[in-house]
Amino acid sequence: MNISPWEKVKLARMPIRPTGLDYIDRIFEDFIELHGDRFYGEDRAIVGGIAFFDNIAVTVIAQQKGRNTKENIARNFSMPHPEGYRKALRLMKQAEKFGRPIICFIDTPGAFCGIGAEERGQGEAIATNLAEMMMLKTPIISVVISEGGSGGALALGVADRVYMLEHAIYSILSPEGFASILYKDASKAETAANDMKLTAQDLYQFGIIDGIIEEPYGGAHNDYDYVIGKVREVIDLDLKELMGLSVDELIEKRYQKFRNI
Amino acid sequence: MNRNPFKTKQYAISKIYRSRPQEHKLPIEDKPNVPEGIMTKCPGCGKIIYTKLLLKNYKMCECGYYFRISANERLAMVLDEDSFVELDQQLTSRDPLNFPGYGDKLVKTQTQTGLVDGLVSGKGAICGLPTYIGVMDASFFMGSMGTAIGEKLARLFERAKEEKLPVIVFTASGGARMQEGIFSLMQMAKVSGAVAKHSKAGLLYITVLTDPTTGGVTASFAMLGDIILAEPGALIGFAGPRVIEQTIGQKLPQGFQRAEFLLEHGFVDRIVTRDKMKETLGALLKLHYKDYTSNTNLF
Repeated sequence: MNISPWEKVKLARMPIRPTGLDYIDRIFEDFIELHGDRFYGEDRAIVGGIAFFDNIAVTVIAQQKGRNTKENIARNFSMPHPEGYRKALRLMKQAEKFGRPIICFIDTPGAFCGIGAEERGQGEAIATNLAEMMMLKTPIISVVISEGGSGGALALGVADRVYMLEHAIYSILSPEGFASILYKDASKAETAANDMKLTAQDLYQFGIIDGIIEEPYGGAHNDYDYVIGKVREVIDLDLKELMGLSVDELIEKRYQKFRNI
Repeated sequence: MNRNPFKTKQYAISKIYRSRPQEHKLPIEDKPNVPEGIMTKCPGCGKIIYTKLLLKNYKMCECGYYFRISANERLAMVLDEDSFVELDQQLTSRDPLNFPGYGDKLVKTQTQTGLVDGLVSGKGAICGLPTYIGVMDASFFMGSMGTAIGEKLARLFERAKEEKLPVIVFTASGGARMQEGIFSLMQMAKVSGAVAKHSKAGLLYITVLTDPTTGGVTASFAMLGDIILAEPGALIGFAGPRVIEQTIGQKLPQGFQRAEFLLEHGFVDRIVTRDKMKETLGALLKLHYKDYTSNTNLF
């Protein structure tokens, strides 16, 4: 399918695309959701917990969009507050303690911008995740399933393997935000989408992601089982490989992967 | 805060380059954000100040207003005379997205500012104690971080780790550089990783947040210091105030995202006035130095 970057932006944002919980339900067994950051609160924009992948216990963390307005309000349109990132980090540290690999599903327009988010240190929360994930002694696989927006996405994206779905986008900022900063006109988002190079194909070519996961014709929403099956295959192959590495090797390779960008 | 900084007789601008590269022969007075002319108007209180007096007083006005200063002025204010050796001075961006107009704008800005990118980094000494140091310069693309700054910082932390030395970074940045897109975003992970490695080796990292520190810089190395200092009144935040106002549709409270606000909310260790910065950094280095003195070159 030959579609423009701007069409991909729109496709990636379609509410009928599979969300984080759809992947969790179909890929893992016995998922038990765990809540709260232990400092301030529970952020429903990020879902996290433990589950089995085949017979391997893993920690799963997903940014969660809603299907309708009511769900989206509860999930804050998948725009996490600092407590969301701190919850994610708490679960990752827990995974490290118990030697569980971590699987992250990225789907966010960006970290939330607001008074509370600033008061509670949005920048600090993201920064800490970046530094801590880099040194985590357990394998991490991240998949950008739809929208990977700015530092809010990267805070779950410092992984040994990073994948994108065929029509997913991953960028420094939303095309609208980018256009309003650089072209002083948010309506030039389509131009921005072209100039930003935010498609899976661009990022794979740059060597920023490790692979592209195929979607069914027309997009992931047309066949959930197909696309989620493909994601499962990738996780299956990578987990076995990453779990075979020594901790030092794992961390050094993760560091070099980002160091060389 | 020293209520009357004009009493300070010390000269703030002195020669700090140990072996000054040709490119830095520009007199400091030629730098773009230095107030021009004999008199300078303070944007804070509107008062007309004798420029020479302003320079002597670390570019702080009596009213508490801080003029933004260049990376070189900053280095001159905090480092020992003749101690600075710049590193990676010629390192520049390769325009990874081939972004329309960026290459030309980069060259133009380099010519205008005399800088190669928005960070000057190297090794120097404060109160006789050696340290690696990086200073951002907001006059270069708003101090935004692209591949050049990311690479310079990663190298800075790697070198410091090898030599078991501390790192001090002065931040002044609008965030990640838009024109380098996803590459700029990835610099956040890269630099944070280098900070983490340096930290795991038990070494000291101090950040000094100056006006403005926002976006991807706040969300990476700015907030990772063992000790985080800030200049009075500096704007520090993740999202810019304009973006937040637009998002939530309400006016922001007075003093929101200023250094004092961050101190109040527990994200800054200390607010340090410009005239006290060198002695504060010196004292902090000294408190962490007893382990190093036997095996490091103290200049």
